[in-house]
Amino acid sequence: MMAGKVIKYERDNIDTDVILPGTYLKLHDYDEIAKHAMEGIDPNFHARVKKGDFIVAGKNFGCGSSREHAPIALSHCGITAVLALSFARIFYRNAVDGAFLLPIEIDETAYRKISENDQLEINTQKNEIKNLTKNETYSMKPFSDIISKIIAAGGLFKYKPD
Amino acid sequence: MRRILNVNITEKLLAKAGGKPSVAPGDIVFANVDKVMIHDVSGPGVIKVFDKLKKEGTVNVEKLWNPSMVWVAEDHFVPSAEKISAENVMKLSKFTKQYGIEKHFKYGMGQYGICHTLSHEEALVLPGEIYVGGDSHTNTTGALGAFACGLGHTDVAYVLLNGKIWFKVPETLYFKLNGKLPENVMAKDFILKIIGDIGNDGAAYAAMQFGGSGVSEMSVESRLTLCNMTTEAGAKNGIVEPDQKLFDYLASRGAGSYTPVYGDKDAQYDKVYEYEASELEPLVAKPYSPENIAVVRDVSGVELDKSYIGSCTGAKYEDLEAVAKILKGRKVKIRTEILPAAISIYKRAMENGLLKIFLDAGVTVGPPTCGACCGAHMGVLAKDEVCISTTNRNFPGRMGHVESQTYLSSPLVAAASAVTGKITDPRDL
Repeated sequence: MMAGKVIKYERDNIDTDVILPGTYLKLHDYDEIAKHAMEGIDPNFHARVKKGDFIVAGKNFGCGSSREHAPIALSHCGITAVLALSFARIFYRNAVDGAFLLPIEIDETAYRKISENDQLEINTQKNEIKNLTKNETYSMKPFSDIISKIIAAGGLFKYKPD
Repeated sequence: MRRILNVNITEKLLAKAGGKPSVAPGDIVFANVDKVMIHDVSGPGVIKVFDKLKKEGTVNVEKLWNPSMVWVAEDHFVPSAEKISAENVMKLSKFTKQYGIEKHFKYGMGQYGICHTLSHEEALVLPGEIYVGGDSHTNTTGALGAFACGLGHTDVAYVLLNGKIWFKVPETLYFKLNGKLPENVMAKDFILKIIGDIGNDGAAYAAMQFGGSGVSEMSVESRLTLCNMTTEAGAKNGIVEPDQKLFDYLASRGAGSYTPVYGDKDAQYDKVYEYEASELEPLVAKPYSPENIAVVRDVSGVELDKSYIGSCTGAKYEDLEAVAKILKGRKVKIRTEILPAAISIYKRAMENGLLKIFLDAGVTVGPPTCGACCGAHMGVLAKDEVCISTTNRNFPGRMGHVESQTYLSSPLVAAASAVTGKITDPRDL
């Protein structure tokens, strides 16, 4: 069970160049990287994000480059899950294989109803998202078999293939 | 859909690498990997993962699975943009020495360049292979008849230690081009057209395969341009079936032996898109997305500050030849940079008189580097600066300031626009 507050970006195609601009790719200290998270569209992000917060966004979140800096930046700011209509493939597998955060696919209803600052409680065992602020419940798309197993193991290096 | 007969090339490659008689889209395979690439961004990222594993003490990171299958490029922040970048390059040297990696293409020591360009210039990846790289545009190299796919630091670290990685077998979208591309229309225009049609996530998690008479007619370098930008449609890999043209290309670059893999004669695809080459024309992707496509003649008044001809997408030898054709005997009206994508290309451009044409036109010719394509250095854009570029992405801030603007185009359009200072169709010059 995870609980936290929502930071919502009502847009599609939030790409890796805005999640962590290219000029910072030379950085490899995770806390330094985190200082520049979302700088492309939200320079204030690092100052306002709290540990346990969730990002909610539209489709194709994390498109663009393969930089693992993107999930690293978000997770080291305290983000534990990104809830989006869909994800770009490299961001998705980087988030899971590196055990940085959970990429959770939500439907249009949940995307529309969840607002900035809403308090959510996410139960990935039940595939359920509770909106405590609005007293609503939404479903999340279940993780596929391999993704569930890698998440449960704590990342790709801890996962033992069947 | 499980295909026993009529299997396409991506499925065949993944079945073979996964040790399975057949696979279907959606299956998970643990594929044996043939080649791995890291560069000055993903390399230090991988080293960081190794350090973490070492500290945890659960995984042995003293030896790589096979150092002879690994190669290292220096491209994003080289020649070292500042001291952090210089330290990253030093980390690579230490890493290759420690693990016995011989194929390290160092700047200032003969051949070096953008990782994807080296993959074909040096024939580092061969038909029938599984190739992964720590860079999203690893898809480029699928034009050599390989399964080529970009991964992040953790995944690449895993491959370096285990020689394999998991993949979900993708669905395949087949793009058939009928007929030869008209004069002044390049492979870049074709792939921009496709991305405009299917969107930034139109091929998410899928393979994009290119074929038809138009692709057979194309040079290997043009096919590389197609596969390069499959990343911009969200694809897992781009691929072209191997043919004699490819074998000749690889032979000219000293390729060793290999076993090509082909799709079955009547290979099945999850979706087929068909294009007539004669109907294609020069295009641009307007700010701020590669799917934001316009016909060049519809935006030809747009005033520009800069023309940037570089990157794995648009600075291969063929791209520079196209630019030279336009710039010969002309002068540029706006700042124009040309950065050949590898030293081998730079050298050929010098030997064949292209560099003289560029310098006579007033262009600044720079060294191979990803440079401003990823907003790193060597010509990044200021607030409100408007650039036409042969690169592959134009999201906000991609090439510099978040309020700079990048139009993506073919090398011909970027060169014609450099001459007029406005977005220009090469046919109207």
